[in-house]
Amino acid sequence: MKEIYLDYSATTPIRKEVLKEALPYFSEKFGNPSSFHSKGLETKKAMQNARQKIAKIMHCKPEEIIFTGSGTESINLALKGIAFKTILEGKRGIFITQRTEHHAVLETLHWLEKLGFSIIYAKIDETGKIDLEYLKKILGENKGKVLLTTIMYANNEIGTIQLIKKIAELCHANETILHTDACQGAEYLNTNTQELGIDMMTINGSKVYSFKGTGILYKKQGVKLEPLIHGGAHEFGLRAGTENVPGIVALAKALELAEKEKKKERARVTKLRDYLIKKIEKEIPQVLLNGDRTQRLPNNVNISFKGIEGESALLRLNEKGIRVSTGSACSSQSLDPSHVLIAIGRNHETAHGSIRFSLGKDTTKKEIDYTIKELKKTINFLRKISPLWKKNKEVKK
Amino acid sequence: MKIEGNDWFYSKEVKKHFLEPKNFLKNEKEIKDFNGYGKVGNVKCGDLMEMWIKVRNEKIIDVKWKTFGCASAIASTSMLSEMIKEKKGMKIEDALKITGKDIMERLGGLPSIKVHCSVLGDQALRAAIKNYQEKSKKA
Repeated sequence: MKEIYLDYSATTPIRKEVLKEALPYFSEKFGNPSSFHSKGLETKKAMQNARQKIAKIMHCKPEEIIFTGSGTESINLALKGIAFKTILEGKRGIFITQRTEHHAVLETLHWLEKLGFSIIYAKIDETGKIDLEYLKKILGENKGKVLLTTIMYANNEIGTIQLIKKIAELCHANETILHTDACQGAEYLNTNTQELGIDMMTINGSKVYSFKGTGILYKKQGVKLEPLIHGGAHEFGLRAGTENVPGIVALAKALELAEKEKKKERARVTKLRDYLIKKIEKEIPQVLLNGDRTQRLPNNVNISFKGIEGESALLRLNEKGIRVSTGSACSSQSLDPSHVLIAIGRNHETAHGSIRFSLGKDTTKKEIDYTIKELKKTINFLRKISPLWKKNKEVKK
Repeated sequence: MKIEGNDWFYSKEVKKHFLEPKNFLKNEKEIKDFNGYGKVGNVKCGDLMEMWIKVRNEKIIDVKWKTFGCASAIASTSMLSEMIKEKKGMKIEDALKITGKDIMERLGGLPSIKVHCSVLGDQALRAAIKNYQEKSKKA
């Protein structure tokens, strides 16, 4: 059976070109970049080169790029780094965020509350978009007290894209700075930090066809952080530990390729996305699109199917070779459904019945057609055995 | 409890009952021949089960069900319905002895987070029996 992978937002395969670029740094060019001999110089240069490439793509200085061990670590460094700096000054302060952020943001801030920091949640609408007026209001009301605002570039579950340029402007007008989690956005969206006016941005390798366990924190010069990991003076004193040279080389290559192909790939994937949404809405009754129809990641489709539970659908599709994900509680380790779907006001049944299809580089129209065919059968069957399924009932959000 | 097989998230038996569930209610019209009905669970937790039983001479001779829930919830209900029907029906007193653990054992185990799904199955059966008993008292 052919495998149809529609979970690119969970992780991506490593591209051939990326792997090829990184391979020599595993064995042949293995030196420690801190070593003061030719072997070390070789990898030091490779790292410098990678940093420069990324800086060029992100329109920043090479020393504004900090390599980390994951997107989560990058987010932790941004948030805790500011918090620890503030603690050392004997102060505390406010973080502004919103409720559909990744757990890496929400749980980190939640933990920082224990250290005396407070969180204000910006309001979102039912597609997950930030209410800019309300954000402006809370930024204004807390002027001088907000340490950092952190708002994701694009949501990993429902694909909603935030107007981060506008949000950055609001932050700056109110004397504070903006961090954005761009893990899902980096492959398709503009990562020009100057144009966006971003102060800190998180990107990770495993979402851009590069290695798992690699990440970047872009940190604008002047933003002061304390490190989380102490030791040597690696990464400008912000992240001790011998650098993951192959991972860093790979990440630079992956971002370079993404940048080169962005426009074309965005158009191609958007077309497939809209085709999938249109077909599902046409062929399966009582479905509900989660997230915004247009202000949406090119590769994200998230739909709730009335009367069914997502894990069952996921596993039946899995039997047909189709790999998707769900916001249902049953697929997680908790009994709560997706915090994102609850945050945008979906009820529990709708949240439990959600399926995310995330498209990628290898997705074809043929795969989408097969998916729709199997999805239709799966949903029909699960509705047949569901006590909640009543035909011709209106869909509740 | 050990979970069989590495290529799937649940045991072989769960997979079988989940992919090819037995005895679910195919047609609403069938209900009229059944004299006990139970409904347990709630949508909020992500599991909801309905069960219909046909009782003759204090013996359950047929059972139908509908389930909204994950693979283990669907498999548990299907397995329970088979357990009742496999020996040409089951006396009510025996049916009342079935526990979530019994269902789980027949399924070859469930991950700990899914144990409640099997418990829900025996609760649905008890609710259906209770409903039958209340109705027969009135009659």
